[in-house]
Amino acid sequence: MNIKKGRVHKYNRDNIDTDVIIPGPYLKIHEPKELASHAMEGIDPDFHNKVSPGDFLLCGSNFGCGSSREHAPIALSTLGIQAILAPSFARIFYRNAVDGGYLLPIEIERSTIDLIEDGNTIEIDLPNYKVLNLDKNETYGIKPLSDMIIKIVEAGGLLYYSDDAKGSTG
Amino acid sequence: MTITEKILARASGKNVISPDDVVFGNVDKVMMHDVSGPGVIKILNEWEKKGNRFDRVWDPDKVWISEDHFVPASDRISAENVSTLSRWAKKYAIRRHFKYGLGQYGICHTLSHEEGLVLPGQVYVGGDSHTNTTGAMGAFAAGLGHTDIAYVLMKGKIWFKVPHTLLFKLHGKKPDYISAKDVILHIIADIGIEGANYKCMQFTGDVVKEISMEERLTLTNMTTEAGAKSGIIEPDSTTYDYLSKRTTSNYSPIHGDENAEYLDVYEYEIDQLEPTVAKPYSPANIKTARELENIEIDKAYIGSCTGAKLEDLRMSAAILDGKKVRVRTEVLPAAQSIYLKALQEGLIDIFIKAGAVVGPPTCGACCGAHMGVLAKDEICISTTNRNFPGRMGHVDSKTYLASPLVVAASALKGRIIDPRDLEN
Repeated sequence: MNIKKGRVHKYNRDNIDTDVIIPGPYLKIHEPKELASHAMEGIDPDFHNKVSPGDFLLCGSNFGCGSSREHAPIALSTLGIQAILAPSFARIFYRNAVDGGYLLPIEIERSTIDLIEDGNTIEIDLPNYKVLNLDKNETYGIKPLSDMIIKIVEAGGLLYYSDDAKGSTG
Repeated sequence: MTITEKILARASGKNVISPDDVVFGNVDKVMMHDVSGPGVIKILNEWEKKGNRFDRVWDPDKVWISEDHFVPASDRISAENVSTLSRWAKKYAIRRHFKYGLGQYGICHTLSHEEGLVLPGQVYVGGDSHTNTTGAMGAFAAGLGHTDIAYVLMKGKIWFKVPHTLLFKLHGKKPDYISAKDVILHIIADIGIEGANYKCMQFTGDVVKEISMEERLTLTNMTTEAGAKSGIIEPDSTTYDYLSKRTTSNYSPIHGDENAEYLDVYEYEIDQLEPTVAKPYSPANIKTARELENIEIDKAYIGSCTGAKLEDLRMSAAILDGKKVRVRTEVLPAAQSIYLKALQEGLIDIFIKAGAVVGPPTCGACCGAHMGVLAKDEICISTTNRNFPGRMGHVDSKTYLASPLVVAASALKGRIIDPRDLEN
């Protein structure tokens, strides 16, 4: 899994829900670039202008709660967000991010949020379960991801992952 | 094992499973609608563009499609989405397609029980977060995203991490003017909106035995608001009676073992409950209706899968009968069959004479899609299930969630009121 270094966008709020990530009126849109232009509109209407490919989101717990809309991870990954760091994720958002092969949800300790500043450049060392803060020269732990989760994201999503429990193909 | 563990064990061909096991389970029913469906179809099209073939759905009789979020079409794009869905359903021979304007249709979670589509012991997944609703039938019911639904359409199975179960025992007798909505708002406030993340919420006890199928569905519907993977109620005579009027299909119910293990057990005395309202911007942010009686409202909304079933309309009509609303009030029955029954029972007559508007079944303004969304700073009291910022319209509008009784009473006063305080 190739996670490059990138800049952090920090929104230290719990329960950032899918109505904030991509509001209801845009659910009828299925064009990723158009969705991306509305990403996080409910919290920061200028968000799409701030993000560069390879950036990270750092947020509070229960990120992505609310609806099952896959529009949410699509909008964020189309902008170039490669991973989201949060103490916890709502379950459907987590599944969608992984099974769609869009981005990695990475679980961190709550205390880590305060140690990373908005705009810091970080790098994720997945094999060693670490976040490296290149600006502050600090490292923090992450919760290990299961092999299956990493393999699904590496394959580009569940449809392209052939190593399921029954060993079926395709 | 719990009922949920036993259902997932049967679906994955195992004798024993435990919470946190990851299993691939066979799916009995899968649903998508006019928001998730076009997303699923896009993923399937991209799969084919990469040189793969998708000639047939694994089992077209196990798939059903609902047009509910953006019907009647709110604009050109939503019309295109419904059209995309229709063409796809025809191409893949999906018989159960509930089309707006063509007989029975309505909100997907309402059709799932109203049409007897999901049966005790089954595994049901849907492209919508409130799929949990149908767990009240004694099924495992969970919401999934587009990619997961696409995978189910191809293979008829999907991976699950077996959830831990939280057991909620509801004791006592439900007082007058208290509905399942008050109960579930209390539970969500108690455990928090992340309190059941990745977990199953199971309801049992005297109150669950006593209440109707539709009230049970309100409990399971809102387990989503506590982050739950699923909500479930063990099937009993209420379940079987309800289904006998709706389906002739055979099914094999599952019950939890006597010695099933629950992660936590919560006990509630329902006799003590007061009519309850969740303030913006969280379903966990509750107060009693009496504590909020000075809040003036701009609108009352009686709609959605959780708040516009037949009994929800009966509760609202009982309050509105012979009186006039003071703020704009919208009633959107959750399905065409419910609309017809409400008409035959005289409920629609009561709503219109009270001054409310009655609209066609649709998710509509519950998800801020269309049909009565809120302006900046507007305040709405609603029978729906979510009140996040911008949920029903402008990001600076406010939604208060409550039972049909509290919403109807508040419509009469133009401010939030406990229905017990309405003078006759």
